[in-house]
Amino acid sequence: MKTGRFWAWVVFILGAAYFFIPLIATAEFSMRMRRGAYSFDAYQIVLGDARFQATFMYSVVAAIFTIILGVLVVVPAAYWIRLRLPQLRPIVEFITLLPLVIPAIVIVFGYIRMYGSNSPLPFLANDTATNALLVIGYATLSLPYMYRAVDTGLRTIDVRTLTEAAQILGAGWSTIITRVILPNVLIAVLSGAFLTFAIVIGEFTMASLLNRPAFGPYLQNIGANRAYEPAALAIIAFAITWGCMSLIQILSRFAPKSANRPN
Amino acid sequence: MTDLSLSNQTISGKTAPPSEARALRLPTQWMGVAPFFIFAVMFLILPTLYLMLGAFQNEAGEFTLENLIALSEPNIVAAYLISIKVSLASALIGAFAGLAIAIAIVRGGLPSWIRSATLTFSGVASNFAGVPLAFAFLATLGRLGLATVILNTVFGLNIYAHGFNILSFWGLTLTYVYFQIPLMVVIIVPAIDGLKKEWGEAAATLGATTAQYWRMVVIPVIWPSFLGTVILLFANAFGAIATAYALTGSSLNIVPILLYAQIRGDVLHNAHLGYAIAFGMIVITGLANVFYIWFRTRSERWLK
Repeated sequence: MKTGRFWAWVVFILGAAYFFIPLIATAEFSMRMRRGAYSFDAYQIVLGDARFQATFMYSVVAAIFTIILGVLVVVPAAYWIRLRLPQLRPIVEFITLLPLVIPAIVIVFGYIRMYGSNSPLPFLANDTATNALLVIGYATLSLPYMYRAVDTGLRTIDVRTLTEAAQILGAGWSTIITRVILPNVLIAVLSGAFLTFAIVIGEFTMASLLNRPAFGPYLQNIGANRAYEPAALAIIAFAITWGCMSLIQILSRFAPKSANRPN
Repeated sequence: MTDLSLSNQTISGKTAPPSEARALRLPTQWMGVAPFFIFAVMFLILPTLYLMLGAFQNEAGEFTLENLIALSEPNIVAAYLISIKVSLASALIGAFAGLAIAIAIVRGGLPSWIRSATLTFSGVASNFAGVPLAFAFLATLGRLGLATVILNTVFGLNIYAHGFNILSFWGLTLTYVYFQIPLMVVIIVPAIDGLKKEWGEAAATLGATTAQYWRMVVIPVIWPSFLGTVILLFANAFGAIATAYALTGSSLNIVPILLYAQIRGDVLHNAHLGYAIAFGMIVITGLANVFYIWFRTRSERWLK
């Protein structure tokens, strides 16, 4: 058992080295801009860059719309499948896994060819429509995570009893979903939302191929033209991802662990 | 569960007049899932089918196999080969390293905070991909990167003089491993947790050595979920483009980068050849996922 523990430490330390060295190197590199001294010049330049602010805000807004669209598409479906159509579950689960099978670049290629300016649904005809198409594409990418999160949330509550109780009190379907079901799975929805945010904020492929001024293409552009700013941006991006994941962990502490499930 | 819902339905069917029940049920039954299916068909299934059909059509819209035959052009074959090699190498390295780390933190007798810290970090690192990851590796193993410089000045090892290049097969593989290992850890830890203590005790009672316990109990139980995850990692790397593009520009000719260039500027001078490349990608990741699902169902019977 002693040798086992020794090897466990070796593996853990090697792994930790592989994961921390790039982070340390990047942090160090990002502070090397001023000759002979460490400074935060690269961060100042990046954060002060008008294009950074514009593209970052663009991606934040895109992420928010993506989350709203994802919730509107996923929550009613996941709820309804639990309540009335359990036989559809395998089909829906299969569809939600498709974005992991079909690479993002293929999906957006399909959009470009199918929804071009001459098609019956010309999403590429003007900027607003293309923005909408980007949000749709992002919602597609986040489908596996959103569905899984919401479905896990629904599993911990007693959907049938809650629905019947609400119906007895005279609630309509929209009331049931917005005022009974949604508040109960809010924490699950929020974890899905933060994961979506982490994925969408720096997404490159779709934004670039749809020619949207998003954060991902901006990052790529800076990487191709600058030396120290990319390292600063990498640290900022890592911090954002870290923030999203921490929020999910914190939220999971508030999630209900189980519920009475008579059926 | 099914019994109860069935009886509920029959009761409601009996109490409501048949005609009214039918008129009410048919539309509402599908209302909840309609947005989901409309969304999935319009923005996931139809665009993919459109490309797959386009792969079998020429400019005039007639059926042809020429596009698929054109995939055998040397530069396209080379792109598929290097993509498969990078994806396979990063999946295998990521899987074995991830498994080792997972076993170390679950079974290695390390302090418990290490386990939770590793899992948290894995959640972050598995989502830290794309362009920023490429920046981090350029700052580490690029020509002026910290690791390159330290290896050169402290250990006198100039890795670039020894043929290493971050803009190469191994450079890209090493970078992909950064999100492959954590993904493996996140997926495989539950499988290792699923190894019941009783199995170890039973094996010990029957006189098994530690090596026998691992060889005859642990490995056979973990094997399906391990293989399944390898395939998932493969598909994960195969479709990725942002990291490679930011790292190497277009100097490393992997399939997604070739397709990207084709979508932007028709570099192959044949629009339908782009469809064929996309078709090839779907076939490869699709096959990978068929195997994944197969292994997954095999592994699940042990995880109850």
